[in-house]
Amino acid sequence: MSVLKRNYPLMILAAVLLMLPLVLPNNYYYDIAIRMAINAIIVLGLNLLIGFAGQISLGHAGFVGIGAYASAILPTHFGWHPLLATAAGAAIASAIAAIVARPIFRLKGHYLAMATLGLGIITAIVIKNEATYTGGPDGMPVAALGLMGFEISGEKQWYWVLAVLLLFSFWAARNLIDSPFGRALRALHGSEVASQVMGVDIVRYKVAIFVLSAFFASLMGSVTAHYIGFVTPNIADFFHSIELMTMVVVGGMASIYGSLIGAVLLTALPQALSTFEGWETVAFGSILILCMIFMPKGLVPTLAARFGRNGQEDR
Amino acid sequence: MALLEVDNLSIAFGGVKAVQNVSFSVDRGLVYSVIGPNGAGKTTLFNLITGVYTPSEGEIRLDGQSIAGVAPHELALKGMARTFQNLQICMNMTALENVMVGAHLQLDRNLIKAMLRFPGIARRDHALKDEARELMRFVGLESYANLGASSMPYGALKRLEIARALAAKPQILFLDEPAAGLNSKETAEIDELVRKVADSGVTVVLVEHDMKMVMNISDRILVLDYGKKLTEGTAREVRENPDVIAAYLGSNV
Repeated sequence: MSVLKRNYPLMILAAVLLMLPLVLPNNYYYDIAIRMAINAIIVLGLNLLIGFAGQISLGHAGFVGIGAYASAILPTHFGWHPLLATAAGAAIASAIAAIVARPIFRLKGHYLAMATLGLGIITAIVIKNEATYTGGPDGMPVAALGLMGFEISGEKQWYWVLAVLLLFSFWAARNLIDSPFGRALRALHGSEVASQVMGVDIVRYKVAIFVLSAFFASLMGSVTAHYIGFVTPNIADFFHSIELMTMVVVGGMASIYGSLIGAVLLTALPQALSTFEGWETVAFGSILILCMIFMPKGLVPTLAARFGRNGQEDR
Repeated sequence: MALLEVDNLSIAFGGVKAVQNVSFSVDRGLVYSVIGPNGAGKTTLFNLITGVYTPSEGEIRLDGQSIAGVAPHELALKGMARTFQNLQICMNMTALENVMVGAHLQLDRNLIKAMLRFPGIARRDHALKDEARELMRFVGLESYANLGASSMPYGALKRLEIARALAAKPQILFLDEPAAGLNSKETAEIDELVRKVADSGVTVVLVEHDMKMVMNISDRILVLDYGKKLTEGTAREVRENPDVIAAYLGSNV
């Protein structure tokens, strides 16, 4: 496959991101686009773990929270530069992921789900209780993100920052899947015993992809904190974890495009349903249930199969 | 020196002694078969040697190095490959990708380089695709290359496992019932393929039920019964051994 053909999807995404500002009427829509991009990047990482490697994490919002609060606490209480704080948050999240992953990934199925769930809940509890630093349940303000004397502010500027980050993540995720590392990851999903016999150290690969997805979640936590300018413990709670998980499943497991579609749809849906006044959660739930009944593999894989394309080739 | 030496190997699951004091050795370049009635411990013996189980007692040496209890992914480094009786194909990947996974240890597995798609990784993957296609041709599956493994017929998957194992460039290959569930024409093709593999210099150890195939292609045969070694020898010696006939057909003693 030529380099040009290989990068068609990347170019299409770039074109969409470039054209989007032409049709976005006001800051409200920019705000939604930014939230979509943030979710899409977290979901790309989470889908590598859940869809491609066949593992699970029900506590991923915990890592988002670690990044967000690192960016809130370190500059405010300790005078760190925001970028350094962001890097520190990502490093802490990765380190925690790496330390707990070894024992956790000896578990499978329900036990793995429970262990990751616990990890997320503990993170949320720590954030709520350490009120001296985190502001407790009320949350705390976050300093603006400055880059060499230039401060990122306003929806329009953040839009372009997120557009670049999303393009990079999309490109990197596609590269990873189509590499020796990515094949080993998918192989251990397909058959653990066969991949071991081929020389894949399966625990190492599970740990590595867990750390990578935690790293991106933390990074996006920092971005969210700086973008909104305020953090609350909600960012790390169980419902946020489930929301991220749902985006993976609805968009399509083991589908890069699915990650984008899932994040875009489930970020937009609550906004679109707000006209139902009080019934929006019911409508939201019904849509998810219908999705799972009629498209158990997720939107993108189901549609790809329906329109006669080889689902294997079409990630 | 023999390539593979097994000394007094035993394993017990609870009270069941699935393999008891089995000893044998396999010389380089041979086709060596393990046969025995159902439940004789053939697959257990395979799982012991290939690191899936840890032996309770005994010693296994590959190329003079002790490998008893070594993890499967480390055994792959030492040039060991295997296929499975109950297929272990990655159904979430294409046939070609399955074969490419076989070459895992020869590749640059770095995560960061993979994400940034370093030119070296792209180039090696490109060459690997050709090598994998060549291997698929070798086992007679060239027409399936870009198909999802989940849409391939059973007989083809059996051969796909062999192609994947060969992609690891092993010095010794363990085939666990490569002809199980195949019709006689397909069995004859596997027969021919195993011979081709052995001629290419790979030592083959085989568990198989199809006696015609075993007698045809084996240089030496080990017979197991109730987890114990019954006898070992060439096809003719085994065929004429009264204990073997008794184990298979029952004796009137």
